[in-house]
Amino acid sequence: MDFDTRKETLIIKLSGELDHHSAEEVRNHIDDKIEREKSIKVIMDFENVTFMDSSGIGVVIGRYKKILSQGGEISIASATDNIKRVFELSGIFKIIKYYKNLDDAFKAVTGVGK
Amino acid sequence: MRENRMRVEFLSRSLNESFARVAVAAFVSQLDPTIEEISDVKTAVSEAVTNAIIHGYENREGTVAIEAIIKDSELTLTIIDEGVGIRDVKKAMEPLYTSRPDLERSGMGFTVMETFMDSLVVESEKDHGTKVIMKKKFRSLD
Repeated sequence: MDFDTRKETLIIKLSGELDHHSAEEVRNHIDDKIEREKSIKVIMDFENVTFMDSSGIGVVIGRYKKILSQGGEISIASATDNIKRVFELSGIFKIIKYYKNLDDAFKAVTGVGK
Repeated sequence: MRENRMRVEFLSRSLNESFARVAVAAFVSQLDPTIEEISDVKTAVSEAVTNAIIHGYENREGTVAIEAIIKDSELTLTIIDEGVGIRDVKKAMEPLYTSRPDLERSGMGFTVMETFMDSLVVESEKDHGTKVIMKKKFRSLD
């Protein structure tokens, strides 16, 4: 997992598999970062995520609730078709915006180009 | 007629979730699956195994078994645990229901299994373990 903060937007680049096993570490790292930076705008970049099951949904929704309580917003970028299908099953795209790539997400969230 | 079967058993550790996915995917490769079919099966396996670990054994140590049977172009997967069992199977299978919201569980496991496989049957009794039986027909190789 990599973090990058640009124009007050926290970009979280996830990688590898997001399942029950990896969820706890991912959750803790993100929460720690969000708390330290008091992030209000967050983009979760799934470009390098190779697998995700419903545990990943739990991680995203948990972070969404935390950011929401801080008055912030969260978006998702670049998921593979297979991962998008899992997201779609949960209905999460009704409350969290999806962007085809990080560039689009960043533009939309900040209102400027990368 | 193509027929084959395998059985793997492993400790109920979350570390083994990835192994379970890969083991089943490897066995299924003989059906020459599409990338999407493999992904569907791996995701369904992941959900069932995770359930066995978190709910069946409540993160204590136990054994999870996976039996896979191939008959022609149909796969039957059975995930078995000898954990606490499900008191109300119908309730457990309701979309978004989870007995562990404290663990940030989304309650989507059975919904994912039902959607990505062709059928799902859950046999369980309180204190007598759980069997999750899923079938999927793969596009014909003929």
